[in-house]
Amino acid sequence: MDNRTEKKREQKPLTGSFRADGKPLDIFEYEQAGGYEALRKAVKSMTPRDVQEEVKSSNLRGRGGAGFPTGQKWSFVPTGEGAPIPRYIAANADEMEPGTFKDRILMENSPHMLIEGMALAAYATGAEHAYIFLRGEYVTAARALEGALAQAYEKNYLGKNVLGSGFSLEMHLHLSAGRYMCGEETGLLNSLEGKRAMPRAKPPYPQVSGFMGKPTVVNNVETLCNVPHIIRNGAAWFKSLSLGQDGGTKIYGASGRVKRPGAWELPMGTTIREILEVHAGGMRDGYKFRGLIPGGASTEFLIEEHLDLAMDFDSLQPAGSRMGTGTMIILDDRTCPVGMQISLQSFFARESCGWCTPCREGLPWIVHTLNSIEDGKGEMEDMDLLLDQARLLAPGHTFCALAPGAAEPLMSGVKYFREDFERHIREKRCPWPME
Amino acid sequence: MLSEKELAEVEKELAHYEKRKAGCIGALKAVQKHRGWISDECLKDIAQYLEMTPDELDNVATFYSSIYRRPVGRHVIFICDSVSCYTVGYRELLRHLSERLQIKPGQTTSDGRFTLLPAACLGVCEKAPALMIDEDVHGNLEPPEKVDEILERYK
Amino acid sequence: MVTVYIDGKPYQVKAERNMLDVCLSLGMDLPYFCWHPAMHSVGACRQCAVKQFRDENDKKGKIVMACMTPAAEGTRISLKDPEAMEFRASVIEWLMLNHPHDCPVCDEGGECHLQDMTVMTGHAYRRTRFKKRTHKNQYLGPLVNHEMNRCIQCYRCVRFYNDYAGGRDLGVFGAHDNVYFGRHEDGVLESEFSGNLVEVCPTGVFTDRVLKKQYTRKWDLQTAPSICVHCSMGCNIIPGERYGTLRRIRNRYNGEVNGYFICDRGRYGFEFINSPERIGEPYLSSGDVPSGDILLLSGKEAGDAKILKGRKILKEGEVLPHLRAVIGGAKGIIGIGSPRASLEANYLLGRLVGPENFHPGFSAAESVLVRQMVSILSDGPVRTPSLKEMAHADAVLVLGEDIPNTAPILGLALRQAVRQKPMERVIREMKIPQWHDYAIRDAMQEERGPLFMATAAGGRLDGIAAGVFHAAPDDIARLGFRVARALSPNAPPIEGSFTEDALSFADRAAKALREAKRPLVVSGTGAGSLAVLQAAANVARALWEGNRNAALSLVAPECNSVGLALIGGPGINNMGIKDAVKAVAEGRADTVIILENDVFDRLDLPDVQALLRARQVVVLDHLPNHTISSLHAGCVVLPAAAFAQGSGTLVSSEGRAQRFYKVFNAPSGRTAESWRWLRDLLVDLGRPGSESLFSLDEVLSAMGREFPAVRGAVEAAPAADYRIEGMKVPRQPHRYSGRTAIRADIDVHEPKPHEDADTPLSFSMEGFEGQPPAPLTSRFWAPGWNSVQSVNKFQSEVGGPLRGVDPGRRLIEVTGMGRVSYFTDIPGPFTPRADEFLVVPLYHVFGSERLSAMSPGIGELVPPPHVVLNKTDAESIKALSDMKEARIDFGFASFRLQVRPDPLMPRGVAGLFPYGFPGLHGVVLPAWGKITAPENARREKEEK
Ligand SMILES: Cc1cc2nc3c(=O)[nH]c(=O)nc-3n(C[C@H](O)[C@H](O)[C@H](O)COP(=O)(O)O)c2cc1C
Ligand code: SF4
Ligand code: FES
Repeated sequence: MDNRTEKKREQKPLTGSFRADGKPLDIFEYEQAGGYEALRKAVKSMTPRDVQEEVKSSNLRGRGGAGFPTGQKWSFVPTGEGAPIPRYIAANADEMEPGTFKDRILMENSPHMLIEGMALAAYATGAEHAYIFLRGEYVTAARALEGALAQAYEKNYLGKNVLGSGFSLEMHLHLSAGRYMCGEETGLLNSLEGKRAMPRAKPPYPQVSGFMGKPTVVNNVETLCNVPHIIRNGAAWFKSLSLGQDGGTKIYGASGRVKRPGAWELPMGTTIREILEVHAGGMRDGYKFRGLIPGGASTEFLIEEHLDLAMDFDSLQPAGSRMGTGTMIILDDRTCPVGMQISLQSFFARESCGWCTPCREGLPWIVHTLNSIEDGKGEMEDMDLLLDQARLLAPGHTFCALAPGAAEPLMSGVKYFREDFERHIREKRCPWPME
Repeated sequence: MLSEKELAEVEKELAHYEKRKAGCIGALKAVQKHRGWISDECLKDIAQYLEMTPDELDNVATFYSSIYRRPVGRHVIFICDSVSCYTVGYRELLRHLSERLQIKPGQTTSDGRFTLLPAACLGVCEKAPALMIDEDVHGNLEPPEKVDEILERYK
Repeated sequence: MVTVYIDGKPYQVKAERNMLDVCLSLGMDLPYFCWHPAMHSVGACRQCAVKQFRDENDKKGKIVMACMTPAAEGTRISLKDPEAMEFRASVIEWLMLNHPHDCPVCDEGGECHLQDMTVMTGHAYRRTRFKKRTHKNQYLGPLVNHEMNRCIQCYRCVRFYNDYAGGRDLGVFGAHDNVYFGRHEDGVLESEFSGNLVEVCPTGVFTDRVLKKQYTRKWDLQTAPSICVHCSMGCNIIPGERYGTLRRIRNRYNGEVNGYFICDRGRYGFEFINSPERIGEPYLSSGDVPSGDILLLSGKEAGDAKILKGRKILKEGEVLPHLRAVIGGAKGIIGIGSPRASLEANYLLGRLVGPENFHPGFSAAESVLVRQMVSILSDGPVRTPSLKEMAHADAVLVLGEDIPNTAPILGLALRQAVRQKPMERVIREMKIPQWHDYAIRDAMQEERGPLFMATAAGGRLDGIAAGVFHAAPDDIARLGFRVARALSPNAPPIEGSFTEDALSFADRAAKALREAKRPLVVSGTGAGSLAVLQAAANVARALWEGNRNAALSLVAPECNSVGLALIGGPGINNMGIKDAVKAVAEGRADTVIILENDVFDRLDLPDVQALLRARQVVVLDHLPNHTISSLHAGCVVLPAAAFAQGSGTLVSSEGRAQRFYKVFNAPSGRTAESWRWLRDLLVDLGRPGSESLFSLDEVLSAMGREFPAVRGAVEAAPAADYRIEGMKVPRQPHRYSGRTAIRADIDVHEPKPHEDADTPLSFSMEGFEGQPPAPLTSRFWAPGWNSVQSVNKFQSEVGGPLRGVDPGRRLIEVTGMGRVSYFTDIPGPFTPRADEFLVVPLYHVFGSERLSAMSPGIGELVPPPHVVLNKTDAESIKALSDMKEARIDFGFASFRLQVRPDPLMPRGVAGLFPYGFPGLHGVVLPAWGKITAPENARREKEEK
């Protein structure tokens, strides 16, 4: 590691100002740390187009999993004379992807950062209403956000005529009633409309026809939290934070049998090995590393040979995986890979919205088959069946990305741990019985 | 019939949406806070209040996992069965809870104190294995016996 | 037009379509479930997967859903790509994981879209070893059966029921692999279109509960094209028969008329035809009339054996001599026709009695209304649209007609019409293709195009209307005149004051109509008001001055009212059937022939009595009714075939002449079509020219010669001598089973099939097996397509006209030229009377039409009769506020009914609901009547 990387590692725009006691920064503390400067700057001295351009040139890519360039996303919103109104911003704070907990940390510790990011996104796209779509289980985050919203209104960072600029914004916290599908951006919109959280077919994209049929931008919490820093410090600064092409820092996380499970803000492009061995402290004593899922449940397994790959949007592609949410889950040698797969697939099967056939019917079939293998009742043909199903649940085959997300760890799991699956079938039992 | 207090909370939820229907999830949750669950009667009352039909509201209500259309115990335990917890002792925790409370996921203890429900990742994977009782998250429950003392806090 | 490539071949196709639609329109077989030609694409089932290639160099391609892929220039797809084929078979495999293997006992078997698609994809081998998921079934009422385990979650049911037909009591519950389609609790489905679920559902979840009681496989039903007789819209239907009973009715697609759907009255109203009370033999009435009390008999009681007791059956060979004697001895004969009988029957009755003695059988009021209606439509210059055109209107004004209850399918069209304007905006602004159904709906949200409705009472379309106005008929008419004046200075000015509500309604309606591209005015005879009809005509004409696309649709009372008006001759006058009464009373006639008509519905009681006092009355009908049970001794009753037992022509409100065909011969053997009885009589009497009236075609052409207005009826369908490759068109499908076995216990020799000299259809399996011309299409079937989805194979393009042209021939076509003239007879504001109410009919889809109400399934859904009063009016009637019943007194007749106060009802007006309920006879509405608390109830109260 050279000096430059070392320097970069010290820059923590998102988490650097967090309080040590884990309490949320209140508005004064946030302002002290430079908070709301960006919003003031934007509404006073920048046009919405300027804000969009700054974000575009910062190379900020969506942190919700797909990595879509944020500035570009905003630019699809029709603005100007005759464009449909009202327009909306929705913060995707549904965070239900198993293994993922980064947005929670941001909201619990620095709720104003999200609010400011949303206000900037709203300003940039001419939106007058904003919703924070928060999963219902995030009670602590909800309290932090509620308090912060009240303070922001009080100080006129929200509400009518923000800071006397003529720009107005109403922001509301929506608590979800639970369903992974609500995190899918169009499912989120349906849920926000008080409907079943079914996904919508794209096109039309939400930026054209979203909430209530009006232009809407949906962004991930972490994505939005980056925006104030970009506007305050400039695109060039933001790009310089990263080790690779994509701008900024990233909140990486690790869970499983590691010494120090947790999340850390690091330069975008930090290697898996560094996250695992340096920050998470390596494997817990008595446990050996067998593999990992790099970024939430819906990414492909990686193994030892991939550890030196950089965690950013493009570097994992050659290994057949994706960074996803950047929060890795580690498989150790004392956990049954079939059991872990059951946990993964049961999640997806249960959270399927029930709209399209492959996902609604295919995932439960996979779960039945896996359970049968785990119970020692599997048959060798089941291996082909699992691979068939994983192959058939490809992107584009299903209506939304949920089922393809399930297929990723299945396909790669069978690939890397096939021998373990077959042992279950041959021995007619699970070689990792519960202690 | 919805109480004054419930109606006031429902109204608060509806205020944020142009269409009353759009606030129906919030309305269901607000009423559920008071009653523990949404009975058929209650569903009809809320529907009427929102100018929806019971069918329209139930379509939404039955979709979401934290709206209960069946009675639950005084306290609901959500045990996270997702992948991070799975790798760090979920199965042991579940076995322990089931034995202690004598219920399987989806069931309620005979004294009506606890309902045990499986939950998707609670977003506290760094503290796996974890569960949530009512609105409180409890993590690092390894060994599973750690949960015993916690249960005592919920009467 | 754009060029697309399918499996390497170029095709010129319409842009703005999707590739599934394109493939099906090109006649290719591509499986699908969630897509529906009327409801378009949502991309849920993933069954229509194909491979799409970027360009000719792309060899890899990607799987896409054809139904979600626009037919853009240069689009390249492959149906035969092995990966696409594998995926399509996998979709079936997934669906079959949980689908019960109960085809042998499933009502859908043999016409199941899921079966067809399973065979089409080639999925045949079951790999799974796990248990199937199961669900509980629900009771959904007498019409639709529910068997949820068969569900394949295509979401079509809710998309039809809620999104398309506006229902709010069916839904989808739960999530993931546990989604349930039904109601939140057991209960009768509320929509009058619920029966379409049976056809919309691609498998056996929703099936026909009425059919279930006498179940027959599709391939064992004898079928023929027919027309619904339960309202004036002329929906095309396919009735199916087995073992001498009618088993079910299915929709028969007609692109211009009903499209893919019919209402429940039309689908389930047929059961009267199988009634054990059907008149099966000609007889002389016993004269056992329950004296003076006839009003209290319901239709059912009227059919009781005790009334038929003592009647004298006329044996074979006795009928014609007896009738000859009756007619020979008559001192003047009157014929009373029927708006529910065929053109042919009415025409022959007219011929028998002579034009001056033929009375079309309308009540006086109806006669005026229908005549006015037909003249408005014929005079033009505004055109009458087809139902299809009405569904595309972008602004609608309804004046006086309770559409969902008097013309249900038109209500469904209006539900589509209110979507047009916002849909066009979304398509234009957001570039969303029209077939992208949910995207359109999400973008539109609850925005509706303008529908303005002025009716007597509230109704089911109120919820989607931009404006509603409830008033007495005269005030509705005045409102119309006001709108007309707002649209054109040439329309007559209107005096007198209006309420603020009325003014705002009129202004908004006028504005919406003026701004529309395809404005539509709808009215009809239902309000019983001439002024309302004339006001509607004025609005349409005023609109027309500025917009040649303006259209006017008027709803007639019955299935052949318009046809009857066209051949009514001098009998179409202000007196209606009262003319006949006068002739009898004055001694000008002593013999009356009544064709399929219950005169109690057309005349006030004293007039009925006067009419039935004639020396001889001859009645032709299907079922006992008040007229029949009130006949005096010696009157003749002839068993007439009901619609599916005969052939003939009806003219709908659109002015469309449509042929219906005999599906089966009435089991009694002595039942004959009314026109045939009358023809036999004409021949028997040796009337000049009667020898050339042998066949239906001859009757039609004779009628056309005499009444040029209906000459086009001849062209409504091919003539009887029409043959394809020398063959007739079979009524029985080629898989019809048990032909020789059915009668084996009686005779092992197969009987000769019935001859049918009147039509190009045969009563057998033999004949042309391909697709006949549209008016002769007895069923929809194509190789590999056993379900109703096979309609696609009969259309020139999906959702378009049937091959050739949609059946029927419009008899009234205006030139769209000439000067606009306006009605100037504007009524004054309605003034309530101190001691009387204006009693108006309030309709209900189930109950206001008598034949369907006699069918057990529909009968169960008829609401209990009551009188609707404005709340204040109800309270002002002494003792009514705490008493539930009222007495309605017309002077010559009175009724006791439950009272329902309704804030929407105009003051001074009382509504009888549902108009046509059993027991409501001998008074013609609207009429003035007194409403009081019933005597005995009052007395009882005083005694306490
Ligand atoms: C099934 C499913 C669940 C998702 N859940 C989330 C989520 O909880 N949070 C999130 O930010 N994005 C989630 N996404 C991704 C969103 O659809 C969307 O891409 C993202 O919110 C866009 O924000 P970004 O551009 O800022 O990344 C999910 C996607 C799918 C298919
Ligand atoms: S893949 Fe299909 S069923 Fe699964 S969640 Fe997406 S739309 Fe729903
Ligand atoms: S028909 Fe295309 S996805 Fe269902």
